[in-house]
Amino acid sequence: MYRYDDFDRQLVEERTEQFREQVRRRLAGDITEEQFRPLRLMNGVYLQLHAYMLRVAVPYGTLRADQLRELGGIARKYDKGYGHFTTRQNIQYNWPKLDEIPDALLDLANVEMHAIQTSGNCIRNTTTDQYAGAAADEIEDPRPYCELIRQWSTFHPEFTYLPRKFKIAVTGSPNDRAAVKVHDIGLRMHQNDAGETGFEVIVGGGLGRTPFVGKTVRDFIGKNDLFSYLEAILRVYNRFGRRDNKYKARIKILVHEEGVEEIQRLVEEEWAQIKDGSLRIGDDEIAQYIEQFAPPAFETLSDDDADFERHKAESRGFSNWVRSNVIEHKQPGYAIASVSLKPIGGIPGDATDVQMELVADLSEKYSFSDVRVTHEQNLVLPHVKKADLFALWTELEKANLGTANLGYVTDIIACPGLDYCALATARSIPLSQRISERFGDLDRQHDIGELKIKISGCINACGHHHVGHIGILGLDKRGKEFYQITLGGDASENASIGKIVGAGFSEAEVVDAIESLVTKYIDIRDVGERFIDTYRRVGTDPFKEVLYGDR
Amino acid sequence: MSLQVVTANRLDDGLVVFLTADGGWSENIHDSRVADGKEAAAVLLKEASAPELDVVIVGPYLIDVEQGDGGLVPTKYREVLRTKGPSVREDLGYQAV
Repeated sequence: MYRYDDFDRQLVEERTEQFREQVRRRLAGDITEEQFRPLRLMNGVYLQLHAYMLRVAVPYGTLRADQLRELGGIARKYDKGYGHFTTRQNIQYNWPKLDEIPDALLDLANVEMHAIQTSGNCIRNTTTDQYAGAAADEIEDPRPYCELIRQWSTFHPEFTYLPRKFKIAVTGSPNDRAAVKVHDIGLRMHQNDAGETGFEVIVGGGLGRTPFVGKTVRDFIGKNDLFSYLEAILRVYNRFGRRDNKYKARIKILVHEEGVEEIQRLVEEEWAQIKDGSLRIGDDEIAQYIEQFAPPAFETLSDDDADFERHKAESRGFSNWVRSNVIEHKQPGYAIASVSLKPIGGIPGDATDVQMELVADLSEKYSFSDVRVTHEQNLVLPHVKKADLFALWTELEKANLGTANLGYVTDIIACPGLDYCALATARSIPLSQRISERFGDLDRQHDIGELKIKISGCINACGHHHVGHIGILGLDKRGKEFYQITLGGDASENASIGKIVGAGFSEAEVVDAIESLVTKYIDIRDVGERFIDTYRRVGTDPFKEVLYGDR
Repeated sequence: MSLQVVTANRLDDGLVVFLTADGGWSENIHDSRVADGKEAAAVLLKEASAPELDVVIVGPYLIDVEQGDGGLVPTKYREVLRTKGPSVREDLGYQAV
């Protein structure tokens, strides 16, 4: 895994000390809140409903054991014993005191972490496939390129005051687990006709109040040219992106208003000027970064492990967990194990200090000290020997971390919603808990199959409701919480934006409404069809009918 | 009749506070000074927005309240949550005390 060099270390330490001084001046009254607000936001510090919130970056969702252990320690030392993993693969703390945040940032810096690029109108923390470097379907590990993007974008002087925030996501696999088509820039690794590996560049995707699936601005860019090409896109956005209206300032609006052909023309024109400059990365340099993410020292193993098979046959709980939470690894004899942060009736994405420390310990014991955070608010141990899976599951179970529900109806994305967020219009978490309880029976979840429910507590769509197979948007209707349902969203390589099915539902009605949709799907599905497949085959009408009848 | 109080977040720890009768800030909405009517509310907000309070609190604003059996209650659920804490974690926030 990538380790900081002297530049990284100096940069983060200086930034931490700079913020300590800014906090001191704010508390002493030397600077006003108006002056301080942009400074604290650039360091991941928001003021939310009940208290400050500190958002810590987990670059491309990759953590070492010592880093996750420190995140647990910070939860205990500076917060109330828990943290919340987000759809940006980051972690948020909900209760830090302003005067203690500089100390928390120093503790983070000691394990090569920070809160940079988690707020403000800059290029945000880059996200990627949580199975990077492990997935059997991967063309190449995307993380070396994510790390290069991090280095190129961190404090990039030209792009610190963009019209609006800017999010880049990368997938190294044809099966997109990073939702790249709904990011400002999505990079999809693939090979061209000459057999070279590079990226399709997708621009102008996004969720929020105006959702769009991104459009391809270039079918293929070689690795050496990736950074000059990204720079060209950012320059076009920085120059032409709207600054007159916050709600029209994202690049998706520019792409929509100007058309992708015009954006393509502008980007190519800009790129022609800079493509042979200092941003062209040589093969040697790329090789150095690939080396930083070299696979761990895997043992040469058979892919068949007799004990693993025996445990599956003997333990229904283990077998269920393997069925949903364990997937194939590229290395024979190993597997990728997901740790669900969605216990039935629990709060999606929350983990206690003790749970974080336990997963850190387990990653040391079973996964080469490697842990991932997923945009679906779970954790992953990416490199577990099949022979160790039973022992791992046994330890996870004891800590309420062994829930066998990855990809099922109870594996719900939910933003913090009105329980924590100052922008929210309705609560998300209690609704996710009630849906989880309603469908908690595992046999029922198996019968329903893959079904992605995503809940946002306001139009900003942090809960990705637009790309939920069933999406739920919480709104405020004359002082009451009220939930609008969308159907047919998809964050995968077949990305689509869900359609509003009809009038919204009250808090009391909405879980029954979801159940009616699921029951209808079971009634009309063809063999092997997931909810999204059935929806695509039959359209909205049958579902509308069960919700509204003749209404 | 519309009753209003001023709320804000405290600068140092970010916690929710309410402007009190003596010009201080309390964590308990029941200690709030109540403005009855638009003019009184404007006076209250002006007092809470004094520049010298910038080192005490952040972002003061008016909220509508009602006089309930147990004291003042915000009319909006968002503000009710601010007086209590997250509905999904009753062990946290003021409700936990």
